[in-house]
Formats: sequence, structure tokens, C-alpha cells
Amino acid sequence: MQTPVSAPIEARDWLRRRSRWSPFEILFWLATLLPFIFFPTYLPLANQIAIAALFAISVDLILGYAGIVTLGHAMFFGLGAYFAGIISVHGWGEPISGLLMAGLFAGIIGYIISFLITRVQHLALIMVTLGLGFLTYELANALHWLTGGTDGLRGISTWPVFGQFRFDMWGYTAYGYALAVLFLCFLLSRRLVNSSFGLALRGIRENVKRMPAIGADHKSHLRLIYAISAAIAGLAGGLLAQTTNTVALDSLSFERSADVVVMLILGGTGRLYGAILGTFIFLVARDQLAGINPQYWYFGIGMLLMVVVLFMPKGILGFLARIVARAK
Amino acid sequence: MMAGEDIVLRATGLTKNFGKLDVTRDVAIALPRGARHALIGPNGAGKTTLINLLTGQLQPDAGRIELEGGDITALAPANRVRLGLSRTFQINTLFPDLTPIEAVTLAVLERQRCAGQFWRRLASHNEAIEESFTILGQLGLADVATRTTRTLPYGQQRLLEIALALATRPRVLLLDEPAAGVPKDESAALFSVIAALPADISVLFIEHDMDIVFKFASRIIVLVGGAVLLEADPQTVRSDPRVREVYLGRGHD
Repeated sequence: MQTPVSAPIEARDWLRRRSRWSPFEILFWLATLLPFIFFPTYLPLANQIAIAALFAISVDLILGYAGIVTLGHAMFFGLGAYFAGIISVHGWGEPISGLLMAGLFAGIIGYIISFLITRVQHLALIMVTLGLGFLTYELANALHWLTGGTDGLRGISTWPVFGQFRFDMWGYTAYGYALAVLFLCFLLSRRLVNSSFGLALRGIRENVKRMPAIGADHKSHLRLIYAISAAIAGLAGGLLAQTTNTVALDSLSFERSADVVVMLILGGTGRLYGAILGTFIFLVARDQLAGINPQYWYFGIGMLLMVVVLFMPKGILGFLARIVARAK
Repeated sequence: MMAGEDIVLRATGLTKNFGKLDVTRDVAIALPRGARHALIGPNGAGKTTLINLLTGQLQPDAGRIELEGGDITALAPANRVRLGLSRTFQINTLFPDLTPIEAVTLAVLERQRCAGQFWRRLASHNEAIEESFTILGQLGLADVATRTTRTLPYGQQRLLEIALALATRPRVLLLDEPAAGVPKDESAALFSVIAALPADISVLFIEHDMDIVFKFASRIIVLVGGAVLLEADPQTVRSDPRVREVYLGRGHD
């Protein structure tokens, strides 16, 4: 990485190398298929992980790349979930179009909200995202006729994917569907972070004060990424509604907003895979710890979080990447 | 300035108060094309404030700023940069985790208005990367193009400040103490890089070292207490008794 560069072609190759697929990545995606064969009883958990990982990627795009701290992103997850659920209750259960509409809906709301988000920074930004999350939660609670309020949204039925694959009770279709959406959104996000736009986002994160001085309209960059992030969060929410056939208020809850940030920090921000790894560790740990003691499982998560933040400032994946780089 | 000269940047009647403190008082400056002007004055004279007013980080309470004859007084900083008015910062204002090639390419892409293209690979913007590499080469940074900015020696970070500004293709470049914190022998080298900038770029720089000012500036603006005390060629400034009293009197032969 530190070799001197003496020609523009080498500089370009250096940039290109940074976005090349590594064997680790291919292995990783092959490994996501293992639950189908070896752990079929864990397919529902695998489905939860795929959905939460997609949500974590949406947060990584704004928090890890653009540096926007949010504690209210469940707002878009929940909007997507309710949108997908409600159109299904009202007779449109086709999953793919329903999911796309849910993502689009969350993305449009995200774009509108982005005009507010780009006006504030630091603590005020966190408070605004938090406040918007609370507002959305209470709105869904109050609109009982539409959302089912605290009873949750009932009566969702999702049609077979492509008219072929019915959602089975073991979760084969659910996980396959969620994994496919996760993979496609990952490809899109990967492309995005390796583009000039991804570079501009890192510029914003690294020094927002310099951006206007290089002629950048950084607020329009922020609005775009916020809308894209909201749309991906909406897709994740839509997946939850479609694969579980229920939407509860907790899809909009503060816990969901906070947990996703914890997952991201565990795995490591600003590297996409950190979002997936962190989600995996968080949800598997919760599953196992809840098996030991259903009441105090957050104790274990708290310990894990402390260890990671204190000893692995770039998250577990950042820590692993450093070990691999040293070994070379 | 004489009439009929090709003035690129002109400010008239610039005034700025912070509460009761007048930091800029009725300042008029005119930068001709290709200028190498120095802005000097004692600490607190309002030099950085003047640059902040010209580049739009601050809004003046009164006055007018024109770039190539167009009124830019109300424009946002980024829009002024796009019209060709760039600056550097006295305190490094870089992108610590980016490499120089990334940072300068970003500035080039922002100028070309294609930084928002999220579907196209960064490495496919060949011309932008090549241009960025050429700029880094001009400033002697080609060898460190792919090193993380935070790991670069301080002097090279100061050069990267200038590289970022150059990537915006400025007509006017305002350098706020480009050699701030750089050892004296290195700062001469840094200023020879500045002197070698394309002749059609107009440069206004703030600098405290009088040897460097007299060596590199063709004209000097002396700012005292927020107002222009004198604008003249180096010889006149050197021999002006008022300048000697308020500025050169302390610590200079």
C-alpha cells in the first residue's frame, strides 16, 4: 500500500486495486449458503440476520461513509415494513413489486427528511434523528386503523416469489429471498462506495469544512446518500414484513435504531462487510445468550461492545484486517 | 491601480464588524491578472478575516466583491470556487484518511461536476486521475500520492493544501500563510513552487516572513486595524515610515 507511485497509470491501478474483489469476499458469500445445507433449523435466524445486515448496510452508508450519526434509522425500516405489510393486507401480495414500492416509499420520505438532516450537525443531528424516530413510532401507534397499533399489523399474505416459490414454514424461501435482496443491495452499495460519489462521501466524513473550498455541493451529496440509505432500510423492513407476515411497532422502535448502530460498531464502520459481520455476531450472540438466560442477554452484548470499542477501535473486521495485513 | 488594467478580483468598501469590533473597515483591493500580491499586517490586523470575506466563509456587512466583473458578494463559498476563486487554509484543512491522489482527484471531479456519479467506478475517471497526478507532480508530491495524508510530513501537507486549491483550476488563489509552521529553509522552497504557478493565476498570499514577502511579492497590501494602510510595490513599502512603525518596527532590521 505504501509503494511510491511514479506514473499516473500506477496511481490509477492503485485506485483500481482498492476496489477489486478479494478471495475472502467470494468465500464469504459462498458461506452465506451454508445454512441451507447444514443448519436448516436455523434458517429463520439466518433470515433475521440477512434482514438486519441489510439494515446495517443502509446505516453504514450514511454513518460509516458520510459520517452522519443517526439514532433514528428504524424510522425508514419501519416505514418500509408497514408499507409492504399494508399493501399486502389490502390485496397486493406480490413480493418483488411490493418490496420495491416499500423501498421507494422509504427513499422518498428519506429524501424529504434529508433537507432537515443536512441543516444540523453533531449533537443536534443525533437529537433530530432520534426525535423523528419517536414521531414515526407514535404516529404508527396512533393510526390504529391502518397499522393495527400495539396489536401489530395482521393479515399479511405474501404470494410466492416469481409465482413459483411459496414461503414455507421452515424458511427456505424466506432466507433465499432475503439473501438475494441482501446480495443485490450489497453489490449496489459496493459499487457506490467505490465510485467518485463514494469518494465524495469519505471527503465529507474526513473534513466537511474543506468540501465547499474544493467547490463541492456536499449537501446535495448528503441528501442523495440519505435517500439511498433510507430506501435500503425500507427494503430491509419490507423483507421483514413479507417473510414473517407480521409488522409490529417494534420495527420502528428506538431499540432497533440503537441496536443497528451497535451491530455496525461491533463489525466496523465504513467497510460494508463490517455491517454484515457485526449483525451476525450480535444476533447469534443474542440467540445463544438468550438460551442461557432470557432476561439478561444485553449484559453479554454490553461486555462485547466494551471490549470491541476499547481494544478494536475499527471494529472486529478492522481488527482482523490489520492482522491479515501484518501477516503479509 | 491604474485604469484599464485587467482586474480579476475587485473588492470595494468591504466592512465587517464582530459586535463592536471593526475587523474589516472599508477595504478596497484589486488583483490584476497574474498578480503575486502579498497581504501583510500585524497579528489581529484582519488578514484572515479579509480572505474569509473574499471567499464567502464570512458575509460582509457592507461592500461588494467582483470576480471577472461579476458580482459574487452573495454567493456561497462553493459557488465562488466554481467560478475560479480558491483558497488554502492557515491551519491544515485536509482529508486525513484519504491519500493525496484521492483528495486531489475528488477536487477535480467536483470541478467537473461528476463527483455525484455513484454508478461509475472511481478508477474509470482516467482524465481526472491523470490531471490529479500532474498537479501532485507539480508540487513534488507524486512519490507520496498513495500514502495516507495523516502520515505525510507537515511540509508536504502544506503543499497538499495548495494542490487541492489548484485542482479547482483557480483564476484567483488566496493563500492564507501557506508556509505557516514550516521551517525557514523549507518555506523558501515552498514559495518557489508558488512563484512557478501558471502566470495567468492571480495570487494573493499572507506571509509574516518579510524576506519572503520582498522576494516573491510584486506588490504588497499592508493591513492595519482592519483597514488598508498602504498598497504599493515592495520598495515603497520597505521605506514607508508608517509601515516601519506599525509593522516592521518590531523585530525587523
